[in-house]
Amino acid sequence: MMHIKQEAEERHVLTITVDNEAGILAKIAGLFTARGYNIDSLTVADITENHAVSRITIVTHGPPSQIDQIHAQLERLVPVHKVVDLTEVGPYVQRELALIKVTGVGEKRVEALRIAGVFRARPVDTTTGSFIFELTGAPDKIDSFVALMRDLGLVEVGRTGIVAMIRGQHEA
Amino acid sequence: MTEERSGANILVESLVKQGVEVVFGYPGGAVLPIYDALFGDERLRHILVRHEAGAAHAAEGYARSTGKPGVVLVTSGPGATNAITGIADAFMDSIPLVIITGQVPTGLIGSDAFQEADTVGISRHCTKHNYLVKDPSELAAIIDEAFQIATSGRPGPVLIDIPKDVQIASAPWNDAPAQRRQRYAPRTEGSAEEIAQAVEMIAQAKAPVLYTGGGVINSGPRATALLRELQEKTGAPVTSTLMGLGAFPADHPDWLGMLGMHGTYEANLAMNQADLIVCIGARFDDRVTGRLDAFAPNSEKIHIDIDRASINKTVPVDLPIIGDCAKVLDQILTLWGDRKGQDLTAWKARVQEWRGKDSLYFPLSDKAIMPQLAVQRLFELTKDKNPVISTEVGQHQMWAAQYFHFFGPNKWLTSGGLGTMGYGLPAAIGAQLGNPDSLVIDIAGDASIQMNIQELGTATQYRLPVKVFILNNEWMGMVRQWQELTYESRYSQSYSDSLPDFVKLAEAYGWKGIRIENESQLDAGIQEMIDYDGPVIVDCLVAKESNCFPMIPSGAAHTEMILYGDTVAGTMDDEAKALV
Ligand SMILES: Cc1ncc(C[n+]2csc(CCOP(=O)(O)OP(=O)(O)O)c2C)c(N)n1
Ligand SMILES: [Mg+2]
Repeated sequence: MMHIKQEAEERHVLTITVDNEAGILAKIAGLFTARGYNIDSLTVADITENHAVSRITIVTHGPPSQIDQIHAQLERLVPVHKVVDLTEVGPYVQRELALIKVTGVGEKRVEALRIAGVFRARPVDTTTGSFIFELTGAPDKIDSFVALMRDLGLVEVGRTGIVAMIRGQHEA
Repeated sequence: MTEERSGANILVESLVKQGVEVVFGYPGGAVLPIYDALFGDERLRHILVRHEAGAAHAAEGYARSTGKPGVVLVTSGPGATNAITGIADAFMDSIPLVIITGQVPTGLIGSDAFQEADTVGISRHCTKHNYLVKDPSELAAIIDEAFQIATSGRPGPVLIDIPKDVQIASAPWNDAPAQRRQRYAPRTEGSAEEIAQAVEMIAQAKAPVLYTGGGVINSGPRATALLRELQEKTGAPVTSTLMGLGAFPADHPDWLGMLGMHGTYEANLAMNQADLIVCIGARFDDRVTGRLDAFAPNSEKIHIDIDRASINKTVPVDLPIIGDCAKVLDQILTLWGDRKGQDLTAWKARVQEWRGKDSLYFPLSDKAIMPQLAVQRLFELTKDKNPVISTEVGQHQMWAAQYFHFFGPNKWLTSGGLGTMGYGLPAAIGAQLGNPDSLVIDIAGDASIQMNIQELGTATQYRLPVKVFILNNEWMGMVRQWQELTYESRYSQSYSDSLPDFVKLAEAYGWKGIRIENESQLDAGIQEMIDYDGPVIVDCLVAKESNCFPMIPSGAAHTEMILYGDTVAGTMDDEAKALV
């Protein structure tokens, strides 16, 4: 008999600056699938005026040796300029945006709005029976908010995945 | 002077400018404009293969044997997908290739057009980089960068997909060098501290081993020369991976032979007992390390590699040095000066003891030619000609690695990483084109040779005097061996049934065919092959059920080698079976 073994894993946040060329996202996402790495979230947008360079933020988890390999494998891709493991070089800030739709009337509706106030979630759409809240923050803050909304008529959640940046004066 | 040229024309001019002499290809609808541009152009020699996999492997053989990049030209869809195996092979073994594929016209991409395949998508993870060209004005710069990427850093295949309309449309062209993008600049030298630490570690070692790989060959002849110099200065014994054979001369007293699954006892034991392993251009592949937790338990490790991703991938090392083998060896030797290392007498005495096991021993048979003997005789009778040897994949490949001996780089062409049956014949064809005066021999198996047998026609067409030496055991021998050792001899689908008459097959293609049936014909048959001025297939009938030893079974440690004469259980637990 044989069983598949598991190893202890860590969560890491990587930012990757790349040439904004056709297929680059497929290349990076595909590298993760091809080599069996995990993607928890991925965000990408171009960050220069001429749209030549994009910044990708990837949240991944895996054993430390695998995280190091991910870093090295990403750096090996020709269109990749720079890879920063924010979890390694930290401290860093991370922010994610979520839209959360909640329906309900009476007590539940009031309670939803009250909790939204505590979390500084902003109603961006309101009907007599529903809200869409916009919430920005670290992922665990969004997790807690969503968890609280579950009993209060949660219908739908959309999350962007995080963008992150090293603290302090310097570029990472 | 700037003038308007078609994309196809710019491509041809750019290839010529890169110094390309030979293109391995096969035409089709989506590359007709390029073939038309090639028509009558004497500057590029087009070699028409018989299958696109053959083109890619031939380009690999050309590249590996000459040190120059190999160039492939194939059509869209099936042309590109047929070439993928060879591209993946080159990716695994770090062979510099530039592959040009035709694509359906830009406007039809994504419409499931006739002979459309997502070539860029399919090749993404088996190329070092790939491009889809959108405008002929980008071509010159892309081709220039493609050659730079293919040949520098860790070499590898780069694919350029060119839609048919881009081949026909025109763009300004001039003779000036293409404007190169400055984005690919791999690190090639170690830092002063790293070099100082390496020298210190080597100087302190009482039981060092130099573990070398294909990176030494890829780095060029200078790396080979410097490796020999480092060995001379330090006295350390040298072993090599399958891919690195030839970097160190096999007749040197400190040569341990190949290491790994079918490596020698002395090489594997030296790795196991070393106090310092200097890994130069190798990558701790699973075929080399065996069971990881038992691999070289007491050694410190230095790893010199141009690819940062090869470092700490499977085996953690104490001192990584990212750089080109030749440059880093040069740095180490410069700092070493005329230092003296430790006295290695005791270490070498132990190595000598392990050599005493004579792990490459095999029993002769009076009934059949032992395959190992056939390789030995082939080596003895051809060694003065300094031949180029390619192989297919299987037992014959391992026997060639064990019993043929190499004294210089670029003489040994084999599919190591991917283990591609069908590699050897086209690779030999490519090597013969790059080395017209050399004796080029594909040491083949009866099953593998059938995988690209159509390339016999290519050799005939271009009058290439390639030799194919088949160790015909009527089995997929390597599969049969694993079934014998791990599945209690349940020989599921590994018998080579309905083999063709290889002599007649040779003759059908205009080759010479020779059959060797017993030991008394062996030397004469080989000699006849050597003396014949043209391509030859030798069908050498060998003992059918010989096993390839020594062997470290999968999942075992270097100390658990099986040698000839050891009794082998014939079963294996699931943990071991699950390993590759
Ligand atoms: C394309 C491909 N398919 C399957 C395999 C698996 N495989 C490895 S060795 C081997 C048998 C090779 O037989 P033969 O060429 O006769 O060589 P022998 O081992 O008998 O010397 C097979 C099927 C492979 N390496 N490559
Ligand atoms: Mg066979």
